[in-house]
Amino acid sequence: MTRELVLSVYVIILAIFTGYEVISRVPSILHTPLMSATNAIHGIVLLGAMIVLGAADTPVLHVLGFIAVVLGAANVFGGFVVTDRMLEMFKKKPEERK
Amino acid sequence: MILDTRASIIAVAYIVAAVLLIVGLRKLSSPATARGGNMLAAAGVFLALAITLLDREIVSYWELALGIIIGGAIGIVAARRVQMTAMPQMVVLLNGLGGGTAALDSLSEYLRLSLVAPVRGGEAVSVVLGTAIGSVSFTGSVVAFAKLQELLSSKPFQFPLQRAFNALLVVVILALGVTMVMGGDTASTPWIVFAVALALGALLVLPIGGGDMPVVIATLNALTGIAAAFTGLVLHNQILVVAGILVGASGTLLTLLMGKAMNRSLGNVFFGGFGAATAAAGGPAGSAVAKTVRQTSAEDTAIALAYARKVVIVPGYGLAVAEGQHAVRELAQELEKRGVDVKFAIHPVAGRMPGHMNVLLAEANIPYDELVEMDQINGDFDSTDVVLVVGANDVVNPAAREDPTSPIYGMPILDVDKARNVIVLKRSMGTGFAGIDNALFYRDRTRMLFGDAKKSLTSLVEALKAV
Repeated sequence: MTRELVLSVYVIILAIFTGYEVISRVPSILHTPLMSATNAIHGIVLLGAMIVLGAADTPVLHVLGFIAVVLGAANVFGGFVVTDRMLEMFKKKPEERK
Repeated sequence: MILDTRASIIAVAYIVAAVLLIVGLRKLSSPATARGGNMLAAAGVFLALAITLLDREIVSYWELALGIIIGGAIGIVAARRVQMTAMPQMVVLLNGLGGGTAALDSLSEYLRLSLVAPVRGGEAVSVVLGTAIGSVSFTGSVVAFAKLQELLSSKPFQFPLQRAFNALLVVVILALGVTMVMGGDTASTPWIVFAVALALGALLVLPIGGGDMPVVIATLNALTGIAAAFTGLVLHNQILVVAGILVGASGTLLTLLMGKAMNRSLGNVFFGGFGAATAAAGGPAGSAVAKTVRQTSAEDTAIALAYARKVVIVPGYGLAVAEGQHAVRELAQELEKRGVDVKFAIHPVAGRMPGHMNVLLAEANIPYDELVEMDQINGDFDSTDVVLVVGANDVVNPAAREDPTSPIYGMPILDVDKARNVIVLKRSMGTGFAGIDNALFYRDRTRMLFGDAKKSLTSLVEALKAV
């Protein structure tokens, strides 16, 4: 077992508990924006695609990396914009001033 | 291990990004702070992306810029143009893109690393799982998108030995995975894993009917998160692991909530063949007894509504299909002008994704304090004068409470049959997603108002103005 593996397991376990605590507070009226926001957050895999494409040294890797970057970029930009559009509707309510 | 300056900057930025993500998600717990929360989460993701450009391994930038511009433009244009009624499709499609990216990341990192030395052990485990789960999420999401967009029939699609075949595909993936971890694989092994997992994703979602979509979308959401986390392990990138796990936790939580709201286990949704089994049960037995429904007109309904004290509107997928959200708001406003107490009762699985009805009604500017969850409103139906069911079906079927032979028996429902009058707006006498006859329609207190939901609502508003 490597030290890095142990650290990764720590990170994963703490993230699971943090995720559970934070997400379980979200009321059901916001479940769609929540899903859409988490969708955008996993668009962070674009980061991996950037490393793959930026370091690509064979034609296959160039092609795979490029497709991954396009998909990931569409995911992350589209996800946050669409979530914002949805939440804007929730914010407009007069009740919110209470 | 001491990090150099550049690696330290990256590491610190990733920590800041992780904090931004968590605080952002925390702010999603209230409608008032949610928009800011989304912005914070976006700031976290973009910080992580920007700082990654400093990564020493990245040598070519122009390709990267081109890919980001193309993908980003597609994403932004689609996100700006999409109709609110098409939100389930949009959400599931974006989810699929993330799954596809995660799968390609894992696969290509494996190909790159194995140019230098064989990849074995824990790293190979992450590669196999990242590739397989990401691929399943990608094609599963694409099929779900096609069903929601009605490019494919939303009816369950089944073929003989489907379950056995899917199980076989899982075994193939696991077996190939073991060879990649232990040694004995060939150059084509990761590609076969990739291809088989793509097929599996499509085959898993094809047999699932439209009404089960909330569970499916939540599950696919969780899968993409988990795939992203494994990709993070492959790339030794902690922020990717943290973000992936947060998304995985969220998706899992939503999946469990949706499953509970339908009284179904996940295994039942994915392997149950719900629609097929119930169509057989509901058909002949249901039609054996001569049952009649009572029709009503917009004018009579308007009078009933106008003289009610308390009205509850139950929206369902039919409202979204007819794009009747603005018409229903007009109706609610017209009633409120007359001093009628109007509430909307939201079943957790009404519509095609978690929270679908809330987004739809929010778009029409219906204040969110008028939207009441099932558990809060169920006690109030006794004292409700008129319930207006708009395009909802199975979530108001009393058979779920009363008929142990019904396929949906045990599913929590909105107890609208306890109200004094129930008026059901419905296109025709077709059955709901589950293909089950609805006992509510034949009750003495129920009246049917047939027609397109939007047109019926508009004529109700007109009739109400004339009362």
